[in-house]
Amino acid sequence: MTRLSINDVVYDLDVEPETPLLWVIREQVGLTGTKYGCGVAQCGACTVHIDGVATRSCAIPVSTVTEQQKIVTIEGLSPDLAHPVQKAWLELDVPQCGYCQSGQIMAATALLNANPRPTEQQIREEMTNICRCGTYNRIKAAIQLASNTMAG
Amino acid sequence: MTTLTVPRRGFLAGGAAAAAGLTLGFHLPFGGDASAQSVTPEVNAWVVIKPDDTVVVRIARAEMGQGTLTGLAQLVAEELECDWNKVTWEYPTPGENVRRGRVWQNFGTAGSQGIRQSNDYVRKGGAAARMMLVQAAANEWKVPVGECTVAKGVITHAVTGRSTSYGKVAAAASLLTPPPTDSITLKDPKTWTIAGQPLKRLDTPEKLNGRQIYSIDVKLPGMLNAALKICPVFGGKIKNFDVTQIENMPGFKKAVRVGDTGVAVIADTWWRAKTALDALPIEWDEGPNSKVQQADILAAQTEGLTASEAILGSKNGDAHAALASARRTVEAVYAVPHQHHVTMEPMNATALWTPQKCEVWTATQNAEAALATATEVSGLPIDKNEVYRLHLGGGFGRRSSSQDFVRYAILIAKEMPGTPVKTIWSREEDMTHGWYHPATQCRLIAGFDDQDNLNALHMRISGQSILATISPARLQNGRDAATFQGLNPEGPESQLGYTVPNLLIEHAMRNSHVPAGFWRGVNNNQNAIYLECFLDELAHSAKQDPLEFRRKLMANHPKHRAVLDAVAEKVGWGTPPPAGVYRGLAQQMGFGSYVAACAEVSVSDAGILKIHRIVAATDCGHAVNPQQIAAQVEGSFVYGLTAALYGEITIANGRVEQENFDTYQMLRMDEMFDVETIIMPSGGFWGGVGEPTIFVAAPAVLNAVFAATGIRVRQVPLSKTSLKKA
Repeated sequence: MTRLSINDVVYDLDVEPETPLLWVIREQVGLTGTKYGCGVAQCGACTVHIDGVATRSCAIPVSTVTEQQKIVTIEGLSPDLAHPVQKAWLELDVPQCGYCQSGQIMAATALLNANPRPTEQQIREEMTNICRCGTYNRIKAAIQLASNTMAG
Repeated sequence: MTTLTVPRRGFLAGGAAAAAGLTLGFHLPFGGDASAQSVTPEVNAWVVIKPDDTVVVRIARAEMGQGTLTGLAQLVAEELECDWNKVTWEYPTPGENVRRGRVWQNFGTAGSQGIRQSNDYVRKGGAAARMMLVQAAANEWKVPVGECTVAKGVITHAVTGRSTSYGKVAAAASLLTPPPTDSITLKDPKTWTIAGQPLKRLDTPEKLNGRQIYSIDVKLPGMLNAALKICPVFGGKIKNFDVTQIENMPGFKKAVRVGDTGVAVIADTWWRAKTALDALPIEWDEGPNSKVQQADILAAQTEGLTASEAILGSKNGDAHAALASARRTVEAVYAVPHQHHVTMEPMNATALWTPQKCEVWTATQNAEAALATATEVSGLPIDKNEVYRLHLGGGFGRRSSSQDFVRYAILIAKEMPGTPVKTIWSREEDMTHGWYHPATQCRLIAGFDDQDNLNALHMRISGQSILATISPARLQNGRDAATFQGLNPEGPESQLGYTVPNLLIEHAMRNSHVPAGFWRGVNNNQNAIYLECFLDELAHSAKQDPLEFRRKLMANHPKHRAVLDAVAEKVGWGTPPPAGVYRGLAQQMGFGSYVAACAEVSVSDAGILKIHRIVAATDCGHAVNPQQIAAQVEGSFVYGLTAALYGEITIANGRVEQENFDTYQMLRMDEMFDVETIIMPSGGFWGGVGEPTIFVAAPAVLNAVFAATGIRVRQVPLSKTSLKKA
C-alpha cells in the first residue's frame, strides 16, 4: 500500500511503486483535472504542488513521494474559483482549449507563492509550460493581475 | 481529515472525486443537465428554455479552444433577445442529428467555418424561437402579437401592463408551429448588443478548477483502458506478438490485434496497459515503405520543381513568353517540411460495443464523420451507433483529418463486448501516427519589364497533396484545388491579392507514403511563405520599399490592401523602428478573411532571433466576439511561428523520427512577443478567424529576419539556418 496526502485527503493505494504520480492521481484517485501531455516532464500539463513546489507529476514515481508530503492538485486549489490566480484567469478569459491550463495555473500559483511580485522577465523564465493554443500573453497578464491582487 | 482506501482497480463513485466536488455522471444525450433537459421541451432545435429562464443553446460545431461555442451562442441569443447571463449550452449528438433529418446541419468544425458557415441558420433558429415565445405570451393574454415587446427574455404587453418571462411561456411556445423561414427577418449587425461584443467565454470556469471533462477524462462504470501501437512504418502491418510475456503483469486483461496494422493491450488502468504494451514482444511486417528516407521525399519534390508536366492552378497572360523576354529575372526555391499538429490532449476515445449497440465518447472536430466511422467499424446499422461529444484538448485539424482514434477504439472495444474501453494514444504514438502538414517546395521565377515593373511570375509548387491522402475522390482530374489556397484568381474563399500581367501557377504532385492532413491554416501556410517572402526578394531586387512594391500590385484588391495598410500605419512603417529592430510584412487572404502582419525583430551578433512585436490586422467581415478574435490572432502567431522557427517532422526508414516535445520543440513563454491586433470587419461577408493569421506569421518574421541580417531564409524551419554575423 502506498499512502498519499492529496488535497488534504489521505489515500491508501495499491499501485506499483514505479507508477508515475500523474497516473495514480488520474486513475487510482480519480482526479482528472491534472493532465497527461507528454510523459517526459516537457509540457507541464501534469503540474501539481508537492509541499508547495510545482512538480511535473508525469515523470516522478509514486514511490518517491512520502505520505508526509502534501500534494495539491487543481481540484484542491479552490473548487469555487476563489483563488486569486483563478480569479485573474477568469477575469482575462485566459483559456482556449483549456487542456494545459490546470498545469499553467498550478505553475503560476507556485511561482507567486515563492515570489509574490515577479518581474515580467521572471514570469517569462519561470513559466515553461507549453500551450499549443498560444495563450502565453494572457497567462502572463493574469499572473501580473493576480500578483497585484495578492500583494494589494 | 479523511482516509480513503482505494480499491485496486477502478474509481470510487462518490469517493475521491466527490470529495473534490466533481460530478461523475455523463450528460446524455446532450451536454447539459440531462435530468432537467428531459422534462423541458425545446422551443426549437436550437433553443431550450427551462422554467427558471435558463436558456440552453444547442451547439452543433465543436469547441476546441477557438471560441466558436461562445460565438454561436451569442448569435442565437442576439436574435432570441434573451438575457445573456442566463445562457448555457449543450452539444447535440450526431445520432440525434440523423434521427431528426439533420436539423442541426453540419457538425464539421474545420476550415474556420464554424461561425461563418452556420451564422445564418443559427440566427434564424434564435429568431424563430423568439417569435414563438412572444406568440405564446400573446396567445395566453389574447392580445395581438404585434403589441408585445421583448427584452432580455421578458415579454411585455404595454397596453395592459402585463409581462411574463421566457421560462413561463416556453412550454406553450414549444407546441406552436414554427414560423416559415422566409418570414424571419434577421437584425442588422449594426444593431447587435450581444453578438459583436467582447463577451467572456461560456466555457471558462470549468477550465480553472479541473471540472472540465475532456475526452481523455471520461469515466464509465466497469471501464477498462487500452494502450495501442500501430506499425511505426506507415502502411506496415502487425505480424505477431507474444502475449505470454505480459499476461501476468498487473492489471492485464487482454492483448488484441487492432485491424491488421496494430496491437493493443487492455488493462484495468491505462498506465498498466501501457507498461504491459511496452514489454510486449512485437513482430512487424514493415513492408516496402521501411526503405523510404527523408532524402527520397525531398528528391521527388526537387524533381517536380522542373518536371515538364504539372497540374495547372491558374494562369493569365503568357508567363513563359514574358519571362523569356524579360529585362531581368529573379529565381528562388523555397521548402516547407512536414509538421505535426501536437494537440495537447493526445488522441483518445472510449467505446462500448455490444452486438446490439455501439457507443463512443470522444473529442472530434467532426462528430458526423465519427458516427460514420463508428457505423463502418461496429458492423451495426447507423441507428445503433452513437457518438457523445466532449470538449477537445486542441484540434488544429488533427481531429478532422481522420477519425482513426474512433476506429481504433471501437476495434479494441469489440474484443471486450459489453465493457467500455478507453483507448489513449501515448504522446509518442500520437506524434508518430499523425496526418502531417504536407511537405512541399516551390520554385518561383519573376520577370521585370524595361521600367522594372513585375511583369511575369511563375510559381511551381512541388510536393504532397492533402486530398490525395484524405479524400482522393475529391481530386478533380487528378487536381487538388486546395493546393492553391490563397493563390486563386477569384472567389470569396482564398483569392490572390495581386495582379501580375503574366502569371502561371502550377502543382507537380509528388506524394509519399506519409499521410498528409489538414493542419491549421492548411495550404495557405506554405503558399504565403512562398509568395510573400519572394515578393520581399523582388522588392529588394528592384530597390523598392516592400510595402510600396506590394501596393502597386494591389489596385484591384482593395480589401487585401486595406489590412496591409492598417498594419503599416499602426506599426509606423516608413518611420525608423527602435535601434537594432527590423520590420517585415506579409498579407494573405484565406478562409474568407483578409489578414496582414508586420513583425519587428532583432538578431544578435551571435545569431539569436528575438521577436519584439507583431502588429496584425484581420478583416473577417463580421466580428462576433472581438476579444476572442484577438485571442485567435495571438494564438495563431504562436502556432505558425512554432512551425516556422522549430517545426520539422522527418522520416527515416519509413517512420517519423520525432516522438515527443524533447525532439519537436515548441515556442514557449520566454520567446513570446507583444501582439497588437486590429480587427476591422468591413461587413457584407463572413470570414473565418481561427486560421488565417497563421498564414502571415512565418513570412512576416522571415522578411524581418532578412531586413535584420540580409540572410534570406528559404527553408523552414528557421532553426536550420545560422543567423550568426559572418
